[in-house]
Amino acid sequence: MKELYIDICDLKDEIPDLLIGDMVYLTGEIYTARDAAHKRMYEALEEGRELPFDIKGQIIYYMGPSPARPGNVIGSAGPTTSSRMDKYTPALLDLGLLCMIGKGRRTEEVKKAVVRNKAVYLAAIGGAGALLSKCISHAEVVAYEDLGTEAVRRLIVKNFPAVVALDTLGGDIYQEVENRV
Amino acid sequence: MREINVAEITENISDMCIEINHRLSDDMEKALYDALEKEESSTGKQVLSQLKKNLEIASEEMIPICQDTGMAIVFLEIGQDVHFIGGDLTDAVNNGVRRGYTEGYLRKSVVSDPILRENTKDNTPAVIHEKIVHGDGVKITLAPKGFGSENMSKLYMLKPSQGLEGVKKAILKAVKDAGPNACPPIVVGVGIGGDFEKCALIAKEALTREAGTHSNIAWVKELETEMLETINDLGIGPAGLGGKVTAMAVNINTYPTHIAGLPVAVNICCHVNRHITRCL
Repeated sequence: MKELYIDICDLKDEIPDLLIGDMVYLTGEIYTARDAAHKRMYEALEEGRELPFDIKGQIIYYMGPSPARPGNVIGSAGPTTSSRMDKYTPALLDLGLLCMIGKGRRTEEVKKAVVRNKAVYLAAIGGAGALLSKCISHAEVVAYEDLGTEAVRRLIVKNFPAVVALDTLGGDIYQEVENRV
Repeated sequence: MREINVAEITENISDMCIEINHRLSDDMEKALYDALEKEESSTGKQVLSQLKKNLEIASEEMIPICQDTGMAIVFLEIGQDVHFIGGDLTDAVNNGVRRGYTEGYLRKSVVSDPILRENTKDNTPAVIHEKIVHGDGVKITLAPKGFGSENMSKLYMLKPSQGLEGVKKAILKAVKDAGPNACPPIVVGVGIGGDFEKCALIAKEALTREAGTHSNIAWVKELETEMLETINDLGIGPAGLGGKVTAMAVNINTYPTHIAGLPVAVNICCHVNRHITRCL
C-alpha cells in the first residue's frame, strides 16, 4: 500500500500505478454531482445534448454539501453512497471521465468500465464531512443551480484524502475485504 | 390539565436540530472512542481517528458532522393531561425543523414527492411519531436520519418456525448486505414482533436507545451481546475497509405478535447516530 500526493493534472499518468488500498491525497480541480445531477446528465446524453461541463479527464465527487456558514467556502462535504450512480457511470467513463470519488460498492458494469477506460474509483471516508470540508479552498455552482445541494459544483481541493477502491487491474477493495474473512 | 404552548415545541426542536448535527450525544461519542481503543487493523484505526478528529472539528467550528444532516425523525411522548395551545402541533414540529435547518446551515434533504422529487428547500416535513402516555409532560426525541444507512435497512416477515436462528440470520444478512455502504461502524436497531409497521417503528426507536445499555429481557440482552460479537467477526470494519469494529451497538426491541408471524426489522444507522431528548 502506497501513499501518494497527486496533482490532479497528473492523475491520468498516475492511474496505471494505483492499486486498491493505496492512499492518495489529491490537489486540484474536481466537480461534484450526485443523484439528480447524474440523472440530468444521463438524460442530456440520451437526447444528444451537451453535458454542462466537459467531463473528459475530470473527477466527479459524489457529494452534496450542507450550506456554508458566512465566511466559509462550503459546509460539511463528505461522500455519498456511490451505488446510486452505478446506472449512469459506465456511460460517463466511456466519454472520458477519469475518476469518481464516493463510498461503497460498485456494480460489475462499473468495474468493467473502470478497467476498459483506465480510470479509477476512490473512496473517501463517509461521515467525515467536517474534516473533508477543510481540504476545499474554493466552491462554485457551475450547473443545475435549481437542484440546491445537488447542483454541480466546481471545487478546488488540497490534499484531499481517499483510498483506491477500484483499480485498472480490476481490483476491488470491498471484495478483497470480504474475501479476507 | 397542563397547558403547553406549541411555540415551546418549535423552539426546542429548532435548537435540537442544530445541536445534534454538530455534537453527538455523550453515549455515541464514547462508543466511537471505545471503537478506536478496540480496533486492531491499522486502516481501521486510521479511519476511526479521522472520525474522532471530524467530531472535534464539527463541534468547535460548527460544521455539521456529516453533510447528510438527515430527515428529521421526531418521537413525541405526550402526557394525556396536556392541552396544547397556540396552534397546530404538527405545524409546530415542522416549523421547528424548518427554523433549525435554515438558521443552522443544515442540508435540506427532503423531496416533496418520492417520484417527482422536488426539494422542499426547508427539510420539512418531519416524520412524526406520537405516543400518548401518563402524566402532564411532553418528551421530545429527535433523531435526524441519514439515508446512506437508511437505504440498507430491511424488514423480514419470517415464519414462527424459523425462530431465534431465523432472526439471527436475518440480522446478519442485513448487516452483510449493508457492508461498506452504511458507513460503519454502525449501530443496528432491531425490531422483533408486532406487525409490519410496528416492527419497523420499534427498530427505529431502538436506534435512539443509549449506546452501551441493554434490553431488560434476558434473552434479548443475550441476543444483543451475541449479535454484536458475530457482526464484529465479519471483518467489514470502519468505512468497510476491513477491521474489528463493524458495529458499536446492537439494540433490540420486541413486541407481542400474531400466532402466524415473526416480523424482524433491521434499521441500520451509520456512525453518526444522532439522537437527542428533551422533556417539557
